[in-house]
Amino acid sequence: MGKRAAIVGFGQTKGSSSRKDVNGIEMIHEAVSAALADAELGIEDIDAVVIGNMDHFEGINYVDMWSVEGSGGVMKPIIKVTTGGTTGTTVAMCAYYHVASGLFDRVLAIGWEKNSESDTTGAIITAYDPIWERPNMAGAIGGLAVDASRYMHDHGVTERDGARVTVRDRLNALNNPYAHLRQEWMRGKDVATLVDLLVSSEENQVLAYPLRMSDLCPRTDAAAALIFASEDVAETIAPVPAWVLAVANRHNTVYYGDLDWSLNETLEAASRQAFAKVGIREPLKEIDVCELYLPYSYAGLAWIESIGFCGPGEGRRLLWDGVTDMDGEIPMNPSGGVMSSNPIGATGVIRVGEAAIQIMGKAGLRQLNRDVKIAMATGFGGCYWADVLLLGKNKPL
Amino acid sequence: MADRKTGQTELLYVTSGDMYQPYSYSLGRLGAEFLNTIKEEKRFLGARCPGCNRVYVPPRSVCGRCHMKMEELVPVSDEGEIVACAIIEFGFVDPNTGIARPVPYGTAFIRLDGADTALPHFLDSVDREKVKVGARVKAVFEETRTGKIMDIKHFALIDQYRRPGGSNGFSVE
Repeated sequence: MGKRAAIVGFGQTKGSSSRKDVNGIEMIHEAVSAALADAELGIEDIDAVVIGNMDHFEGINYVDMWSVEGSGGVMKPIIKVTTGGTTGTTVAMCAYYHVASGLFDRVLAIGWEKNSESDTTGAIITAYDPIWERPNMAGAIGGLAVDASRYMHDHGVTERDGARVTVRDRLNALNNPYAHLRQEWMRGKDVATLVDLLVSSEENQVLAYPLRMSDLCPRTDAAAALIFASEDVAETIAPVPAWVLAVANRHNTVYYGDLDWSLNETLEAASRQAFAKVGIREPLKEIDVCELYLPYSYAGLAWIESIGFCGPGEGRRLLWDGVTDMDGEIPMNPSGGVMSSNPIGATGVIRVGEAAIQIMGKAGLRQLNRDVKIAMATGFGGCYWADVLLLGKNKPL
Repeated sequence: MADRKTGQTELLYVTSGDMYQPYSYSLGRLGAEFLNTIKEEKRFLGARCPGCNRVYVPPRSVCGRCHMKMEELVPVSDEGEIVACAIIEFGFVDPNTGIARPVPYGTAFIRLDGADTALPHFLDSVDREKVKVGARVKAVFEETRTGKIMDIKHFALIDQYRRPGGSNGFSVE
């Protein structure tokens, strides 16, 4: 009774540091309405809802119930999913499971966050083990800084290399009307000049050495929604559905101190599983575009190595050679990525949605100038957890 | 302020107030013995997995990789090596205490000699030339100890760069 499944609709709100004009439920409603409009469906067409955020960021512990007017889930089956930074990608995977099981034909997947409603650093620390790690760790920024220290040490990477990733994503964000950080001052300047400006600017303060402000993602208020449909209805809803080719996920440990810091083992294992399912042997050549959950600059070097786009320590070469730019061999984050918007529970949904619209040909100014047959989206959460989704233009066999 | 004619209104937040909801987390037997041994003897213990032989610090009773129960505690050194580190310069409120942590401070994941996993803690230095991966550190204990991880005041950087001798040399595949 298993079914092939595809994404047939996507909607998102514009990222912002504070959406005081709406509460969370109203913001969710905006994203859901946009996704339904994109698919030309009504809420009555939806069979089930999967929703996710990080509950304790807003201090609301029953989000599936609390959000029901906004989600459109009144008198429908609803499941809430919370897996840290991966929440949005796990929401998408869970909606896919609903459809692929054959039990539901049209499933809504929603992610959202209002980071403006609490102290994100304080909230993220509560994800660490309360006895052993919480007393000493410093939220996402401190956790990512220690991650960077190890990668820079192992591979002789410099702050210019990190800044190269920031510049790519922030330049791409200028093409995305939904991006939170659209740094207009960057427009029209060449990459080397922008990297020089970032690493020499006194305003670009160090938050947690070795990380500066420009190495980190923003805190964003936004919501996003996807519509998954079974093979029985997908092609009647969308002219070009984005078919789900593979999903994979790995969790390892809750203790940061248990990690092997020399690689991102969950992302590596999940990527390998997804590539094997689709028969991808050379990801750099066979994948057309990526929307990667890169919450800070150096992840754009280290984690593309873990995925297998290049060998250990070779990430910076790919970046400096322009391989990951919009006109490169494997464009990464045409949307501007997490470095330009991070509404945590929505972030993974946006990665999947942005990958899908590249296949569907609906990406507007950020649409690639070539045929997109295979798109990859990832989620990062955790500790060091990974979700990987591969989407395709061709219906899988 | 609301102006019905133009539809303009001042946008508002309602704050939750100063909430206070303390939790009490169980350490388990091995975790308790780890902290009691620091408190009473200023010594470190790790848990050894009978399946993979990894030594876990802090100790806990289940090895996730093998999904096996661990019961054997083994001594590990109060000296070790930094495996990853940072110097925190931005101020934020510590959710455990409700108090802003004084910045800057050095923090690191430290693999004690004889252990395979790392313990996060504070360092005694914010010197960018010294707070580095591979640097050697030694635990400094509080005079008055109460059975908390903060019975270790911090780890002090020491001028000694020998490789850890007691490690099993196990690396996660």
